[in-house]
Amino acid sequence: MDLTTGWFVAVAVLWVGYLALEGFDFGVGMLLPVLGRDDTDRRVLINTIGPVWDGNEVWMIAAIGAMFAAFPGWYATVLSTLYLPVLCIVLALVVRGVAFEFRHRHDDRRWHALWDGAIVVGSVVPAAGWGAVLATLVAGLPVDASGVARASVGLVLTPASLLGAAVTVLMCVAHGAAFVGLKTSGHIRTRARGVALVALPAAAFCVVTAAWVLLASGHGLASVTSLLVSVLALVAATATVRRGREVRAFAATSLATASTVAAVFLALFPDVVPSTLDPAWSLTVDGTASSPYTLTIITWAAVVLLPAVVAYQAWTYWVFRQRIGRHDIPAAH
Amino acid sequence: MDVVDIARLQFGAVTVFHFLFVPLTIGLSGVVAGFETWWILTRRPELLRLTRFLGTLLLINVAVGVVTGIVQEFQFGMNWSAYSTFVGDVFGAPLALEALLAFFLESTFLGLWIFGWGRLPRTVHVGCMWVVHVGTLASAWFILSANSWMQNPVGYRIDEATGRAVLTDFGAVMLNPVQLVTFPHVVLASYLTAGAFVTGVGTWLLTRERFRADRRMYLTAVRVGAAVTLVAGLGVALSGDAQGKVMTEVQPMKMAAAEGLYESRDGCAPFSVLTVGSLDGERERWSVTVPCLLSFLATGSFDGTVRGIDDLRAEYRSTYGSDPTSTAYQPGDYVPTIPVTYWAFRLMIGLGMAAAAGSVVVLWATRRGRVPSTRWLAPFAVGLPVAAVAGSSFGWIFTEVGRQPWAVFGVMTTEHGVSPGVDVTSAAISLGALVTVYAVLAVVETTLIIRTVRAGAPAADDPYASPPDDPQDRAPVLTFAY
Repeated sequence: MDLTTGWFVAVAVLWVGYLALEGFDFGVGMLLPVLGRDDTDRRVLINTIGPVWDGNEVWMIAAIGAMFAAFPGWYATVLSTLYLPVLCIVLALVVRGVAFEFRHRHDDRRWHALWDGAIVVGSVVPAAGWGAVLATLVAGLPVDASGVARASVGLVLTPASLLGAAVTVLMCVAHGAAFVGLKTSGHIRTRARGVALVALPAAAFCVVTAAWVLLASGHGLASVTSLLVSVLALVAATATVRRGREVRAFAATSLATASTVAAVFLALFPDVVPSTLDPAWSLTVDGTASSPYTLTIITWAAVVLLPAVVAYQAWTYWVFRQRIGRHDIPAAH
Repeated sequence: MDVVDIARLQFGAVTVFHFLFVPLTIGLSGVVAGFETWWILTRRPELLRLTRFLGTLLLINVAVGVVTGIVQEFQFGMNWSAYSTFVGDVFGAPLALEALLAFFLESTFLGLWIFGWGRLPRTVHVGCMWVVHVGTLASAWFILSANSWMQNPVGYRIDEATGRAVLTDFGAVMLNPVQLVTFPHVVLASYLTAGAFVTGVGTWLLTRERFRADRRMYLTAVRVGAAVTLVAGLGVALSGDAQGKVMTEVQPMKMAAAEGLYESRDGCAPFSVLTVGSLDGERERWSVTVPCLLSFLATGSFDGTVRGIDDLRAEYRSTYGSDPTSTAYQPGDYVPTIPVTYWAFRLMIGLGMAAAAGSVVVLWATRRGRVPSTRWLAPFAVGLPVAAVAGSSFGWIFTEVGRQPWAVFGVMTTEHGVSPGVDVTSAAISLGALVTVYAVLAVVETTLIIRTVRAGAPAADDPYASPPDDPQDRAPVLTFAY
């Protein structure tokens, strides 16, 4: 595998890592009003992801940064063409990010409700937004002969994009419910199981539809296979949730999320932005790649740093591995 | 307004807003780590209280700093896609390294620090904050190396086939002469900001009658804060001086614009402290000047030659030609907006010096454990942090406006960097939405900071003391919770 292809894989790995990790904290955010019946419940839910959500989000920053460094044209075209959808994602992440910190700084019902709302919206919008953006990318953008595509909101209002949004939202709900089942005790844990059993089949249905769409539009077998792996993982997750095997259920939803995201990149390769106007104008991995010198430098950095990141983030999950319940929530301050 | 104007307005607005929070994050993470280390060494309870109190203020500040940083990474691609495609080979690498090295460290270890009280051993816990602090410094290093490359592009060539900039020497980019003077200047200014903030908060609480019982503790905060401000302030002045000399060499137009100097001076160029009247070099103006100071600032010698705007404009015209496609600037005019550079330069220096001078007053007023008996110190509580933060902002406004009309000096003008596929409506929606959200954030953030400060440092139980007998089966898992 040459350096250029290697970096395409690296970008894919960062996106897979991002959605497999932040996917569950988006899910927990979305489930806040569903699983949390009162303020203490909701604080239990928020605290399951409290120490880790920000570290999860950096995977996105790293993925976007890697696209910028390794494939500048890819980075620039996607963000400038899918301009308003990306803006919505960014604004939602801004609001969500401050919500976790601001919510607990003032003990007042309406204040809590405000930021709970921000967490829900801030979780749904980016999850749906990235699903729509990635699905739109697979379908292609109107890249012209000079390599430029005009920005338009209509690009993400297609059936394929909406299907992509549905896949990521349901996947995040299922993944989040599996995480809550793993991390909480008491009735929240029970409720999470119920939610997972609804979300998992719904996600599986959407992924099957996505696989059918990919197959019908003539994409390679690799991406379709990856989606089928995801479907199998979702089925396995349903079975394990039913039997109360929470660790396995979470492993299965992680695999499902990962293989769904991987399918996007398998469908794209060797393009990074297929052109809907003329296939000859598509932006490719080779055409947008940075120089071998730059790729070599960031390769060294990634080879040294990424294993360290995985190690210390894994340690964080180990430190905060215990289940938490209502009893563990200190009085408001 | 066209897309270029809107994109520039957005970049200026969101970057200045982002940088209100960044220096405090860099500096205060170090101060909090310092106080926690001191507590572990001495076990004085008031040091634990200060650690947790300042830590709370740090976290409120970091929340906004982090989320506004996300916008920064996205807007290069959204509004400046031509720039991003052109420079990505050189400019993208520091950004990727910043994420891989700095952001992962900061966010992961900050989470460990927040929730790790009582669970991680003390030394590991304080280590987490030190790691966060190192992360903020690494972040500053990489983003400043990217910015320094825009000020003084080095270690690259233009690829004939693609027309894109290509990195040829990564070491040259990392050790850019501009980077080597900018990094210390920005980091020291961050310590100055954090020092001024701690001094301000401490002074306000020290002078409240209702916190009489905690005066010793707040006195400690004030003394530490003021000492940090003073030492950092001296460093800021020295590094800024070094920066001026490098700037005169690589961006002489920026130095001329800082002074509004139109005609070159062969020696003993004066520095104007204040000017009343026009700054366009056409009409007479009244100003307060210090003889020969500009020569010294620019060259290190009171007799040094400082080149003026007219001279440099002629030179740039012959070097870079006049840009026939330029719409945002007069073709062939390579002069930044002089009133902005002139005043931003003075405000940067003046406010930074004022903060440092204020710290001297505070140190003198609290000498040998004295507590000022009156409230005459109270204005310093608000004045010091505001001066430091505003000084930092004006520094960036100066250096970025002073680079115009270039995005990358001598290589690409700003207007040619804008996204060709983005329409005015989209750009305007983006600007409006971001400014609205940021305005709300500013209000909430300021309110929370003020509320937290007014409440004073809460009593802090030692999270490492053995827990009291719990009526339940087990002790709570969380010693801290959102």
